[in-house]
Amino acid sequence: MIKNVAAPLAAPLPCVLIGGWLGAGKTTLVNQLLRQAGGLRLAVLVNDFGDLGLDADLITGASGEVLELAGGCVCCSYGADLIGTLRRVTVREPRPDALLLETSGVADPAAVARSLTLLPAIRRNGTVVLADAPRLAALQADAYVGDTVRAQLAAADLLLLNKVDGLDAAALAALRRSLPAVRTVETVQAALPIEVVLGLGFGTDTGTGTDTGTDTDTDTPAPQALRAPAAAAGRFVSRSRHLDGPQDVAALVGQLTAAGSGVLRAKGLLTDADGRRLLLQVVGRRAQLAPAPAAALGPDRLAVIGLAGSCNGPPWT
Amino acid sequence: MSTPRDPITIFAARRIITMNPARPTATHVAVREGRILGVGPLAELAGWGPHTLDERFADRVLMPGLVEGHSHLMAGTLWRHAYCGCFDATDPDGRRVAGSPSIDAMLSTLSEAAATQPDGPVVGWGFDSIYFGSRRCTRADLDRVSTTRPVGVLHASGHILNVNTVALQAAGFLRAGIDHPAFPLGADGLPTGELKGPEAMLPALDPVGLNRSFLSGDESGIRAFGRLAVRAGVTTATDLAATLLDPELDTLLRLTREADYPVRLVPLLRMIGISPAQAVERAVALRARSTDQLRLGRIKVVADGSIQGFSARLRWPGYHNGAPNGLWYTAPEAMREGYERALAAGIQVHTHTNGDEATALALDCMDAALARQPRADHRFTLQHAQLADAAQFRRMRALGLSVNLFANHLYYWGDQHAAITVGPERAARMNAGRSALDAGVPLAIHSDAPITPLAPLFTAWCAVNRVSASGQVLGEAERITVPEALHAITLGAAATLHLDGEIGSIACGKRADFCVLDDDPVSAAPEALKDLRVWGTVQGGRVFQA
Repeated sequence: MIKNVAAPLAAPLPCVLIGGWLGAGKTTLVNQLLRQAGGLRLAVLVNDFGDLGLDADLITGASGEVLELAGGCVCCSYGADLIGTLRRVTVREPRPDALLLETSGVADPAAVARSLTLLPAIRRNGTVVLADAPRLAALQADAYVGDTVRAQLAAADLLLLNKVDGLDAAALAALRRSLPAVRTVETVQAALPIEVVLGLGFGTDTGTGTDTGTDTDTDTPAPQALRAPAAAAGRFVSRSRHLDGPQDVAALVGQLTAAGSGVLRAKGLLTDADGRRLLLQVVGRRAQLAPAPAAALGPDRLAVIGLAGSCNGPPWT
Repeated sequence: MSTPRDPITIFAARRIITMNPARPTATHVAVREGRILGVGPLAELAGWGPHTLDERFADRVLMPGLVEGHSHLMAGTLWRHAYCGCFDATDPDGRRVAGSPSIDAMLSTLSEAAATQPDGPVVGWGFDSIYFGSRRCTRADLDRVSTTRPVGVLHASGHILNVNTVALQAAGFLRAGIDHPAFPLGADGLPTGELKGPEAMLPALDPVGLNRSFLSGDESGIRAFGRLAVRAGVTTATDLAATLLDPELDTLLRLTREADYPVRLVPLLRMIGISPAQAVERAVALRARSTDQLRLGRIKVVADGSIQGFSARLRWPGYHNGAPNGLWYTAPEAMREGYERALAAGIQVHTHTNGDEATALALDCMDAALARQPRADHRFTLQHAQLADAAQFRRMRALGLSVNLFANHLYYWGDQHAAITVGPERAARMNAGRSALDAGVPLAIHSDAPITPLAPLFTAWCAVNRVSASGQVLGEAERITVPEALHAITLGAAATLHLDGEIGSIACGKRADFCVLDDDPVSAAPEALKDLRVWGTVQGGRVFQA
């Protein structure tokens, strides 16, 4: 369809930060995102190859400082030279569809996010922070690293509370109460649909829609469109609908980002009251509005993704 | 039947300070095959057989070759660029280089450097605006040096780079809208050209010709480092954080094999960008490639940042000026795992801990690692430990740790520590040599060259006098004596490298490594230690005049 039509180099490359303390499951997440990539060219950036836990079968070769991965994906390490590495990645041919930037276990994702602002060729498309649920209470209280861990959690647009199968119900309930007000997804083995991390309709068009790739998105749920691993099957749903006429943008953003909205990710192509066409990106409780790319064709529409069972209220109807 | 042996040389000296309590001073030392055959009166040494009596040091004083337990080969490499430090310094060829005690003086230094070559980048190093009040160097300043060539000046800390407009543009940062703590902005909304921290600096290193391969040391830098060492009386020195990849290792092996390379190098493999398991595995492999002159198979771990950069981890109540606590550079889990694996493999680990919280963490990690993997005489060492207190030194002793304190900080940044970073009380216990010795911790002291100049006698002076650049005494109670300081820069530093059986004192069987002095440190006043004249060295029996 319109895939790659609107990919002039001027369009910033979307980048998702993946943060969290050592052992939280960052690399596990990256592995399963790579398995779901389905033709998307992901560039994975890791702090170092030292503890690289990428599944061996995903690695197809190496050239210089770059590991070649299945499906046209690549992996680079940045070490101390984050900015230089990011610049090299943005001019790679073929151009990646998206960057996954895995921070070091001790890094503050907010500081890395600030560094991304130095690069006009890159747009941060959310910060996903993982936490090791069974260890999190102890880590948050740790005299040495508690402040660092808490800062990591606070930097999250989406918090993946991982390894929840390692806690009983009471411990999990207590842990939930200790978390900052961040949109949280509970996971086992960091399993969740790639769309939750990268955003909806990603790489299939420049506007929105699940991944039908057509202009005929319907109002019907499209859970089959989510590329969820088996462990997450049925836990996530997405909806998309047309937006008719000018929207009250502030009200719409408010609905999507409200504490109880259940929205993990949303993407919209819409027209505001002044007639401007906008691209809306929501990750967790953070919303970004930008002028819609000229190539964003099709009717105004909104797609949301959330956890099955918590999808009630205005964004979902 | 005995086989023919190498010739014996007996050096006569005004005095030989041996650091060997059984025979603390002597007049002669006999050398064969690069090692000490004996030290004592000539008549006694003559018992070893025919010899040549070498009297060139008859009016000089010999002491054990000095050991710099925390330096970097970059100390030699940087000298190819213009020295912009505040204080006078001596280059590898012995030329006295005037300091640049103001930003204008620094700009003159750079302009002179620019005039010596028609094009290419103009680069300085050793600059530190901390001495110039609130005035910061900007790209407008450096544009006075050149508006057409890239100009860059590296700060003494190594963590800040100032660049001119050309270099800033080449680095891709000459634009509005930057909102980042590493990029101070001018009134025009554009970056001032001060790049704070490695992340901001790295993209600018290429344009100004300070690229990373250069920073990791190269052949001419390693040679210059050797000349600096001779001039400082140093016969063994560490490169305390090396990547030790094959090309770098091949260069080091080749140069240190040369007949006239004057210093034994001890590079430590840094556990950065590699896992603890990989670090230990590589250290074990490196250890097998050690030579007499290149000692491999040790690991460096960095726990936190720097105090003057506010990136060191401090215990309560934190920084005196209210700055937020610093950063962990290595996760505690990785430190613990690295310690445990290294203990199992018999690999020594040196850990950079600047702030006292980092020291506390290293102690806890060591405690845990030793409980799981006991090992006698592991000789692990804490490097800097600038804010360690008496209780922490007692824990070091109990855990078998040595310490290498950054005594030079007292002089170079002591005033700033008292006024800004940690306040007067804690500044008075920084680099607490007396507490370390009283607790029974094996003690070394260091320069961290090129952060401060390679000159162990100056470092000894700092630990003995504890005087800041402005002349204030910081913690008289933490002073150590001249003999203790001389021990710290010889046997003490050797012990932190597990080499005290081989170097650090003058006794039968040890390496023939001597520091040759025109003046006698034993009869010198404590405040004169830094002014003792170094004639040169003897290293492995070879004579090197500074």
